[in-house]
Formats: sequence, C-alpha cells, structure tokens
Amino acid sequence: MSTRYFGAAVPRLEDPRLLTGRGTYVDDIVLPGMLHAVFLRSSVAHGRIRSLDPSAALSMPGIRAVYAMADFVSFGSGPMPTMAPHPLLKSPITCSPLAVDEVRYVGEAIAMVLADSRAEAEDALAAIELDIEHLPVVANARQGIADGAPRAHSGRDSNVIATLRGSHGNVDAVFAAAAHRFSETFEIHRGGCHAMECRGVVAAPEPRSGELSLWTSSQSPYMVRRHLATYLGRDEADIRVTAPDVGGGFGPKANVYPEEFAVALAALACGHPVKWIEDRQEHFLATTQQRDQFWSLEVACDAAGRMLGVRGRCIHDNGAYAPYGLILPATALASFPGPYALAAFDLSIDVVLTNLVPTTPVRGAGRPNAAFVLERLADTIARRLNLPREEVRRRSFVRAEQMPYVTGGKMRDGSPVAYDSGDYAKALSLVVDKIDAAGFEERRAEAATRGRLLGLGFASCVEDTGLGPFEGASVRVTPAGKVVVATGAASQGQGHATTLAQIAADALGVDLSQVTVKAADSRIFPLGISTIASRVAVTAGSSVEIAARKVRDKAIKVAAHILEAGEHDLEIENGQVRVVGVPDMNVPLSTIARVLSGSAGVPIPAGVEPDLAATGYFEANQLAFAYGSQACEVEIDPETGDTRITRYVVAHDCGRLINPLIVDGQIRGGVVHGIGNALFEHMRHDEAGQPLTATYADYLLPGAAEMPDIEIHHIETPSPRNPIGAKGAGEGGTIPAVACVISAIQDALGPAAPFITMHPVSPEQIVEWIDQTRK
Amino acid sequence: MKAPPFTYHDPRSRDDLIGLLAELENAKLLAGGQSLVPMLNFRVVAPDHLIDINRIPDLAGIRLSANAVVLGAMTRQWDLQASADLAATAPIIREALAHVGHFQTRSRGTIGGSCCHLDPAAELPALCALFDAEFDVAGPNGARIVKVGDWFKGYLESALEEREYLQSIRLRRWPAGHGYGFSEYARRRGDFAIAGAGALLEFAEDARIRRAAIVVFGVEPGPVRLVEVEQILVGQTFSEAVLAEAAAQASALDAMADVHVSAAYRRHLAGVVTRRALTEAARPARQAV
Amino acid sequence: MSARKINLTVNGEAVEAEVEARLNLADFLRQAIGLTGTHVGCEHGVCGACTVIVDGRPARACLMLAVQADGAKVETVESLGTPESLSELQQAFRDRHALQCGFCTPGMLMTIEALLRVEGSPTREEIRDVLSGNLCRCTGYQAIVDAALDAAEARRGTR
Repeated sequence: MSTRYFGAAVPRLEDPRLLTGRGTYVDDIVLPGMLHAVFLRSSVAHGRIRSLDPSAALSMPGIRAVYAMADFVSFGSGPMPTMAPHPLLKSPITCSPLAVDEVRYVGEAIAMVLADSRAEAEDALAAIELDIEHLPVVANARQGIADGAPRAHSGRDSNVIATLRGSHGNVDAVFAAAAHRFSETFEIHRGGCHAMECRGVVAAPEPRSGELSLWTSSQSPYMVRRHLATYLGRDEADIRVTAPDVGGGFGPKANVYPEEFAVALAALACGHPVKWIEDRQEHFLATTQQRDQFWSLEVACDAAGRMLGVRGRCIHDNGAYAPYGLILPATALASFPGPYALAAFDLSIDVVLTNLVPTTPVRGAGRPNAAFVLERLADTIARRLNLPREEVRRRSFVRAEQMPYVTGGKMRDGSPVAYDSGDYAKALSLVVDKIDAAGFEERRAEAATRGRLLGLGFASCVEDTGLGPFEGASVRVTPAGKVVVATGAASQGQGHATTLAQIAADALGVDLSQVTVKAADSRIFPLGISTIASRVAVTAGSSVEIAARKVRDKAIKVAAHILEAGEHDLEIENGQVRVVGVPDMNVPLSTIARVLSGSAGVPIPAGVEPDLAATGYFEANQLAFAYGSQACEVEIDPETGDTRITRYVVAHDCGRLINPLIVDGQIRGGVVHGIGNALFEHMRHDEAGQPLTATYADYLLPGAAEMPDIEIHHIETPSPRNPIGAKGAGEGGTIPAVACVISAIQDALGPAAPFITMHPVSPEQIVEWIDQTRK
Repeated sequence: MKAPPFTYHDPRSRDDLIGLLAELENAKLLAGGQSLVPMLNFRVVAPDHLIDINRIPDLAGIRLSANAVVLGAMTRQWDLQASADLAATAPIIREALAHVGHFQTRSRGTIGGSCCHLDPAAELPALCALFDAEFDVAGPNGARIVKVGDWFKGYLESALEEREYLQSIRLRRWPAGHGYGFSEYARRRGDFAIAGAGALLEFAEDARIRRAAIVVFGVEPGPVRLVEVEQILVGQTFSEAVLAEAAAQASALDAMADVHVSAAYRRHLAGVVTRRALTEAARPARQAV
Repeated sequence: MSARKINLTVNGEAVEAEVEARLNLADFLRQAIGLTGTHVGCEHGVCGACTVIVDGRPARACLMLAVQADGAKVETVESLGTPESLSELQQAFRDRHALQCGFCTPGMLMTIEALLRVEGSPTREEIRDVLSGNLCRCTGYQAIVDAALDAAEARRGTR
C-alpha cells in the first residue's frame, strides 16, 4: 500500500466550512415551533425544596410551560443513570433531571421554563416562587471527611462514597530497606473545561413516527442515546442522537447531563421541539469540573536517588454526585507509577461527596494530578540529595530495554498495566538538550542583572491512550467514486474528518478530496462510545484502516473478475484498480461500486457481497502508552510575583503521527491548558458552597498575551498494539505541564524557598515565598 | 444571560436628553456599553428605561486650549489612543490606554462611561485624578462643575446625580517636556489592575522638581492622589529617598481585599507600581517628548 | 417592551428589521437574519467569540444592542471568503492549523481583520496583545499568531 497522506501535514478538510461561518453548532439549529428552555437552578448549595409555585410565571408574556420533575412522570422518572458503574458503588449517586426533594449544589436544576424566546423564559425565572429550607453544607472534601461533618446528602451515612486502593510489591519492606524516605503533602486544584461553546441541546419529537431526535453538544452522543432510551423505556432505534459541530469538549461534555434528559422530557411533554443553550453563567455552575485533591505521600529512594517506592493517600473532592462513577479518581490512581520503575507502591484515594458541582474528567482526567505529585516527589529527592533533577529521573525511569514493562499497577478495569514501547530517558534528554539546559546558568545570570529570577523546569509523563473497547467505522465507495467514512466517534475540534480521511484515502488509493467523514449521528453509524481518553486515533483510526482494507480487498476481487486478471497482479491507485505494469488495464472504483450497487436481473460477481463497503471494529484490548517530557523557563518579577513562561519545549511520543499539524495543535492547546492550571485557573467557593469566580473577569483562562510559543519534538515509536501504530495525543500536552511550570518556579525561587506542593500558584503566593526566603 | 426588558430612548440632542432625565424614573444612561451591557446581561441591573447617549452630537471630541484638554464624555478610548494631539500634550494617556480593556472594547468604550461607572481599577478615572480634572455635568436643574476631589464618592459611585449626565471632562495641561510614568500590575493583558500608579513630574532648570502629581488606583475604592508625597517632592532633586517615601506612602493606603488578593499584597503592589511610575517619570528621555 | 425599526448594512447588503430594544447585535445577526457564523461564548464581553466589525472597528456584538446598529455598517465572518475561495487570512488559518473546534474562530478572524486594516505589519507581540481580547481553549494561540503574521505578509504582497 502506498502511503501518501498518513504522516503528512495536510490542511484540514473541515476548515473551509468552519472558517467561513458555515459550521452547524447546536445553537445554529432552528426548527419550526421550537420553544426555548431555561432552568431554575438552586441558589443554595444544600437545601430541601419545600414548595414551588409557577403560577405567576405562567401568566407572563411568551411563557408556554413551567415544568418540575413531577410533570414528566408519564415519560420517565428517577435519578439519572451513571456513565460508568463501579463495583464499589452499590447504587448510582446521581441527581434527577430536575431535583425532586433535595438540592445538593448551587446550580442544580429544579424546574424549567419553556417560552417563545430565551429572554422571555429568563424573565419568568424570577417570578417562580421557590421555598427552600437550607441544610448544612459540605464546602470541601477535607471538611467532608472530618468527623462530625455535615452530610452532603442528608440520607447518607458518610460523605466518603468509596476508597480506591492500588498497590504493588512489598511496600513496607521497600521503605524499610530504602536509604532515604521523604514525605510531602500536596493540594491540587484544577478548575473547569471552558470549551468556548457552552453545552446545548435541541430535542424534537416527531409526532407521526413517535421518534425523538436530539442534537447535543456532546462527546458521547451514543451514551446519551443509550441512557435516554433506558430512562424513557424506549428502543434506541426510536431515538436519533447527533452531535453536530461541537465547540470544544475537554472532558466534561462526555457526561450524560440532567439537562439533556430534561430537554428531551420537556419536548415529549409539550410536543414541540425544545432548545436549551447553556449560557456562560450556567457553565460555571452546572458543567462538571475537576477540582480539588489533597495528597499525603511518602517516597523512598536509594542512596543514588533512584526512586523505589511511593505510598500514601488522597482525598478527592467528587462534588455532589458521581455521574461518571469513580472514573476520575480511578484514573488518577491508574496513572501510577508514571514513567518510574518502582519496586513497590501502595496508594489509596478516599472519594468524598461535597455540596459543589460534580467533578468528572477534564483534559488529562486525574493524570495531571498523578504527574504533578510524582514529578514533585522526583524534585524532592533531587533537592534533598542535592542531585540534578534530570538525573533522579534518568535513574528512576523505566528503561527502553524493559519494554514491554509491567508496572505492577492496574487499569480501571483491574487488568495489569503493561507499557508497550518507548524510551523515556530519550524524551527527557531531548528537552534538556533543546532548551539548552547547559547554557541556562548564563541566562539566569543575565536575567538577574535585570532584577528578574529565571527558573528552569522539567517534567515527564506516561499516558494510557486508546481506551477500549472500540470505536467502529464504516467505509463505503459510492457509485460516483466518492469515499464516505462513517464513525460513531464525535469530534470537538480534533480534526477527525481529516485524519480518518487520510487513513481511508491511503488504503483506497484515492485523492483526499474524494473522502468525506460523517460522524456522531446514530442514523449514520450504529454504535459509538465517547471521544475521551485520547482514544479516537487508536480506536476509530484503526477501525477505518480495517474497514478500508476490506473495501480494498473487495474492489480488487471484483476488478480481477472484470479485468480477468489475477488479484495479485492488481494494485489500487488514483481511484482505479489496475494491472501492475499495465496502467491502461484498469477499472475505476466508481465502476466497481456501480457493479456492487446492483441492477435488476444482472448478477454481481460470485462470492462478493453487494455494496462496495465494509465496517471495521478494532478491538482495543490493550492500551497504547504515549509518553513525553517537557521543559520550560520562567521569568519571575520578584516585586509583583508575576511569572512569565519565556520558553517551552515538548518532546512527545504518540507513536506514528497521522497528521503532524493536528498533533502539534493538540499538544500546544494541551500545554496551554496545563499552564492555565499552574498559574491562572482557580474555581473558588466560599464556606456556604457559593461560587466566587463565576465570570471570565474572575476565572482567569490563559490569554494570548501571556502564553509562550511552544517548541515540539516528536519521537515516533509505533505502538505494537494497533494496526496503525498510533498512540493518543489529546492529553499528553496537559499532563506534565503543571509539574513542569511549578518545577521551573521552584528553580527560580532558589533552594532556600519553601518546597512548592500546590497549584495554581498566584503572584501573591510567589511574593510571600520570596519574602519567606529572604527572612 | 439575556438583558431584562426596558424601554429604549436615543435622544438626538442635549435638550432631549435633559427632558428624558427630568421625566423618566429608574433610567440608566448607556454610553459605550462595555460595563453596563454585561451588567444588563447578568441582570444585576434592571432599569425601566435605557437612555442611549451615543446619538447626541458633540458629546465626543478632543479639544486643546492653552491651559486645558477638554474631552467630550462620549469620546471613545480608541480615539483617545489614536489622538496625536493628546499624545503630544499628555503622553501618559496613550500609555495608560494600552491597559484599558482590549482592542475590541476600546472601539466603543468611552472616557465618560468609565468615569461614571468608576471601577476602582479603571485607568481613565485615575488619569482624571492625576490631571486635576473638572467634570462638567448637566441636568434639568442646570449645569455644574465637579472638581475631581469631589467626584469619587465611593465604590462604583460618582458625584453624578440620578438626573444628571456628564458632558465633558477638563484636564489641566502640563507644560511640554514634563516627565510621566505609568505602571500597573494585572494578571493578564487587559484585566483590571490589582494596583496601578501614574506620575507626572515637572523639573526646573536646576533639576529640582517644580511640580509633581502621583495617583494610585485599584487599591482603595477610588483613585488616590499622594498629595503629601507630591508636596515633599517639590523643590527636591529626584533621589532614592524620594522614591522610598512615595512607595511607603502608597503602601500605607487603606487597601481593599477581594476573592483574589489580600489587602496586604495590594498595599505591597501599590508601593511597587508607585516606585516604578515615578522612576519612569524621572527618566530624562521621557521629558524630551 | 419597545420594538424599533432599524436599517443597517450587513456585509454590504441593506437590512431592514424590527427589533426588540433588548436584543443584542449578536443575537440579531444570528436569529433575525440567520448569520450564524457569529458565535456567542460568554455574553459578558470577555471571550470575543462574537467580535464583528462595526463601522470599521472591531466590536463585541454581545455588548451592543441591535437598535444601536441602526445606520451602521456591520461586517461579519460571512463577509470574508467562501469555502471555495478563502480570504488570505482564512487561508493562513487553514495552512497554520489556527483553528480546531472553530467556535472562537469567527471572532478571531474579525479581530485580526480589523487589526490588519489599521496595522499592516504587526509584530508577534502586537498580535498577541490584540488577541488578548479573544479566548481560545483549543489552539494555545501560537498558530493563530502565526496565521495573522502570514496573512499580513500575504496582504502586503498583493497590495
């Protein structure tokens, strides 16, 4: 097979549409008779609904209905399903589409208003008379786990819903025999996803067919369909779910949300199409976040600083519910031991309910947390033993010749973790070299003459990618000779319409412009899971490869029949199957497709099924492990505490690159998300669980003026675990970025400064540390 | 986040505006809209009437006289930034405007809007304080001049009364060649400053300071002139001692705390930016402008 | 409730409409005249997704009322190139992979379009300064800066 597109930096096929304002996002969908929904949301973090009187609201202009959960009883009732059941969760801990009795976070939906316009619906919100009895609030996880703490759910015995444990080896023996043991405690805060497009749903009942159509800004449209079908007691076949153009996801859009169900229920109840577009204020209140974790850890190392073991415990704030089961804390746990070859580890995570918006994965999903604490522990060893930070890592890493390497850890499903391939030390050496660590002290001295503190930081990570079980794809050649790829994997900007087309175009020897990718529409492809966990290139990409190869084989079989040639003498090129060495003897794919489309009374070649099409399901039974290292330089103004990242270098191995342009884009965006987590983004709540930073003036997203240019170097170690050799690239930029920036800040502040064990780090905090250092 | 309903008025003359101000209850004036419209969208304000003053002629403009610069209340920040006359007369204004919002908001944001909204961290009211501004306001009961010292009443509160509007702002001109310095610290480009300072210095032939003005903003609810330091400066040559005194005074202000920063950090920053603004103002290169 | 008749020019075409006073310009463009290329990301004037050009200057369409656009000349992303014939700026975005999800993109394009009209040779630093008024969660901004520089160069070459 010739490879023309795989690996090439081809411009994206979806761009011309998106660049000219011709995208179709959920809010762009307008249907006849459509009503606009808004939600009445709880203004208290924990309370009991005493009464709700919509009568005044109902008499306002443009108002068509006000619904509470009781109004939906003929269509569905009860709590939402959980996205990911876990054996430790005896029953799902989810909310109802609309709260029934108790509300457990500020922003929880209680009722909805349908009106002719969004503005009128908002007018009516203030007229709904709601009486809520305040209940005691659990405003953070450490409070929630303390003795005598109030309960986040008044009916539960404890706020701790599960304790996850991960261990390997004889940790006590390893610690007892180790030359050194160091302890640290960490406070990690991550903040929200903040896709530039908020969530949105349109639901339309089809009165004649009884079908329900749903357009949702989701990473998991098929999960929405499955769970909604179950909830409504319907067949999946009667529900069409489409994710149209989606304006960014970053994790939280992978949930199945109460609003998606409520909008569907409301559409069924009123018989009209209903649109709900989340506004930014709601996004701050009701879209899941990834918030706080508190880690107490001990690391053991030998006399040379080689990391031997890690043990300790984490308190994880899961928010008011567990819509995604225990995936987030479980992923944090499964991310140990990172790139380090540890003789033993023993870790536990207490998952705690609080009266804050639920948490679910945000880009990296607990892996950045694990990377942060592991990298800080590596830096602790370096600091205490007075070793170069790179050296501690080199001595502690899993080595290339150990691959495949069984870490002793377990995946979320309990299966053993085995890293597939790679050279971790090589990635680290690459960034050390490219950032010119050797010349750093000279640069530091120069900055000092300008009154600035310069620091150099490093961090590394390993990332499990390509999570199973599958994303499927079908490939079909139309009688016009065009290739249509269909998949259930939704796109939120990752460029699947280009990368999947590249794979199909190569397999079928057609020009890229002849390939169209259709995705995330349950009428076009039957099954899908989720665009999460850096999995689509591996899963859907491999499935396209499998399906396209089947189509190719089929085309060759038919062409052999038409050309009366042996199959081995044929090749596929330029949209034709032709005889090798005799290019004039050829048959276009369009002709083959027409033959296989059938004509009345005309037989098709024996042994070939009709339709020049095939479906592929790559079964992703084993994870592909991407990895990388990052290095950066920060410059601190010691008077203000202002911290600028002046240089940033990434070395990344995500196996074979399908499209370097797209991979680089994923990495850069991911790094900047991590920089946001290190320096800017902080979702604060007060003791009553009230959000304090719910505008873009108060919640600081990374802006263009503060972000550095990011230099990227690729190492390409093909994954042996899938047919295209790919590993995921969506989160590798984010995972080590916080650790890298913090390591650089630490270096800038010097050895006398306190050891940094938290993020985000504010300028005020930096000034305080500098003051402490000088005392 | 849709604005609540209101009745919209767009008077075409000052007389019509005064008529509306006399007549309407619970009315709000709409200038550039860069602060008011977000407040409407969040529904933290819900006026019955919105009086849009964008279509009244002659409310915008930059006029220079021998002693003063007169800025129409509806002069856009974009036009202030672009004005060569202003840059030549009061170069600190252009420098400060680079910190006011963004390219995309300065196109509509006005100096009058900023001075009536009075965010504590806003640069333009601070410049007004620096230039001993006089605010020319008018209403059904006639016009009056409010001196800058009387303009700042409290947090988000100016001396403008409910039925008045701001016509123009008169800044006192400084002689050509005065030194100027501006410094602020914000987390990101375009964010409201945590603390900022502006300084103007006029030097005599013998390098002694003839006149000084220093303003600190973002620290207390309104901009504050460091009057005592200004008085100390006059007659002295510029020195580290002078700087230290100014920074110390700025650090002694009654700083606000908020969800992001403590009062102590704000006070600390006030000292830092004051020192930086004054240092800039004293640079000989600056005074040649 | 007050409704008003307005007349304006949108992308060179005369538009007449009756609008409720509280309707902002972004919702007017999207809902009243179907120009859905202008996106709404925060409705409080920070994210910049709704940036359009009004009378030659960039403006937040979420912070301007439609009635205020009476008599104005409004340009949206739909005024740039077409899918078959992208403008230099759009082409540079494509070549540099300066968009991923595409949601912030129309605002980015209109901001840079406005910049390039007043500053034909912006520096990297100036572009980042101007882009501080537009948020993007996907790209990390670097490719957008590169695209703006490319577009400036292309426009200088053709003019």
